[in-house]
Amino acid sequence: MSNKEYKLLQGNEACVEGAIAAGMRFFAGYPITPSTEIAELSAQKLPKYGGKFIQMEDELSSMAAIIGASLTGIKSMTATSGPGFSLMQENLGYACITEVPCVVANVQRGGPSTGLPTSPAQGDVMQAKWGTHGDHPVIALTPNSVQETYEITITAFNLAEKYRTPVILLMDETVGHMREKLILKDPSEIKVINRKKPTCKPEDYVAYRADEDLIPPMASFGEGYRYHVTGLTHDETGFPTNNNEISGKLIERLNNKVEKNIGEMSYYEEYELEDAEIVIVAFGGVSRSAKSAIDEMRRNGKKVGLFRPITIWPILEKQINKISEKSKEIYVAEMNLGQYFLEVDRIAGKKCPVNKICKVTGELITPNEIINAIYGGK
Amino acid sequence: MFQRIEMRLSGSGGQGVILAAIIFADAAIEYGLNAIQTQSYGPEARGGASKSEVIISKDEIKYPKVINCNILLALTQKSYDKYVATLDKNGILVVDKSVNVNEDVSYKVYKIPIIETAKNKIGTHMVANIVSVGALYALLEDGVIDMKAIKKSISERVPPGTIDKNISAFEEGIKLIKG
Repeated sequence: MSNKEYKLLQGNEACVEGAIAAGMRFFAGYPITPSTEIAELSAQKLPKYGGKFIQMEDELSSMAAIIGASLTGIKSMTATSGPGFSLMQENLGYACITEVPCVVANVQRGGPSTGLPTSPAQGDVMQAKWGTHGDHPVIALTPNSVQETYEITITAFNLAEKYRTPVILLMDETVGHMREKLILKDPSEIKVINRKKPTCKPEDYVAYRADEDLIPPMASFGEGYRYHVTGLTHDETGFPTNNNEISGKLIERLNNKVEKNIGEMSYYEEYELEDAEIVIVAFGGVSRSAKSAIDEMRRNGKKVGLFRPITIWPILEKQINKISEKSKEIYVAEMNLGQYFLEVDRIAGKKCPVNKICKVTGELITPNEIINAIYGGK
Repeated sequence: MFQRIEMRLSGSGGQGVILAAIIFADAAIEYGLNAIQTQSYGPEARGGASKSEVIISKDEIKYPKVINCNILLALTQKSYDKYVATLDKNGILVVDKSVNVNEDVSYKVYKIPIIETAKNKIGTHMVANIVSVGALYALLEDGVIDMKAIKKSISERVPPGTIDKNISAFEEGIKLIKG
């Protein structure tokens, strides 16, 4: 055992540890199972770090509050589950177009509507991408362990800060509620990215004039830099415009700042993939079932491997494409009726058969169900 | 030699079976093993069925839920009826005295007065979960988790001011198995 600090923690608790390590100093939220521990622990810990916690009246205002806090330069987060995530969609779009960094943790439970409050699901994959209207950038990350939840929450804040866009931490009840060992990192080992700030004088600041990297420097409210923030399509000053050319360029820049940097945010794991003829694609809690299934099938000589996207959005097109060229068959296992499958089939379907292993009973897919699906196909 | 054990602790919501499983997981990682603890419960704060699981292993634990249940604790008839079929045929069943069980089985059955011991020896049914921890601990192979680790875990996880009562409850639980 190393002398590093370790704890038995839930995924939700690890999320808070990661958020604080990344610099979160503001949390606004409305508690909802299975995400409540994120709010609870944030309420306990934030005051000790000079931060603030507010329980809002609902999820619409929670999302609004973290946008407001972030505009003052404070790293902010909220946490929710499906019903609350639905309510946050409007302001999530507002954060996209106003380019306000923030992190939204959605610990998925059974849906639609209030669904199965205490049970796991992965039914919000497409909502994470298309829940808010209009063409907008989305970064969504999905961890599969307590340790990874800690680390990927730090990454979520870093990406939000770097690209000035909301980042969705798309967890599931399995990972949010399970307890396992978390090894806390020393602050010196943690890479923390902070938003780019203007270097010009306040009177010269043009709030939405992007640098070559497509990202405009962001001044904090209260520092003397004055600018306008609106959900309407705006020009470089931040004021609304109906100019078609300017509008088109804004929407393209918003999307391009994520799409053109996809290589900087492509997180994934490959397990037993080197010689795999059959590839299981699974993420979050289900990927752990897939690993157990693969161990079992490998013992019987079947060449099976796992591709586990940690970055759910933007879609890891390059990696999925590569798998489709090497493998004979792909199985997408997920706790929904085939949402991520749609993307994998779009990318890989022309080169190899893509099948789905789906479950919406509110229970984690078991290793045996994966094994049976794969052997059943033979 | 010990490699892996899978336990399922079940009862009624509010009986503390989730805390009991957390205590085992906590003690296991304290002792240098891998452990994972999960739960399932209804939306109610009290009542309803509550199930908690803990896997302790020398190897990495991938699938986080119990597949091969080595030890089942059932504090209520309802939880026994619901989960007994999942117990391994060479496993161990621990039930409260109030539960009617099928005795003609291949697994070992320990029908013990868990709730009564909590009430009569410690003075509150609220420590039935920790009496259970004692009984289950006594049934583990020697050396899976050492006594110091589990007592430390109990002390850190129970509410302040109740540590002595809970340690006594733990010791009473051991006595129910070892006499």
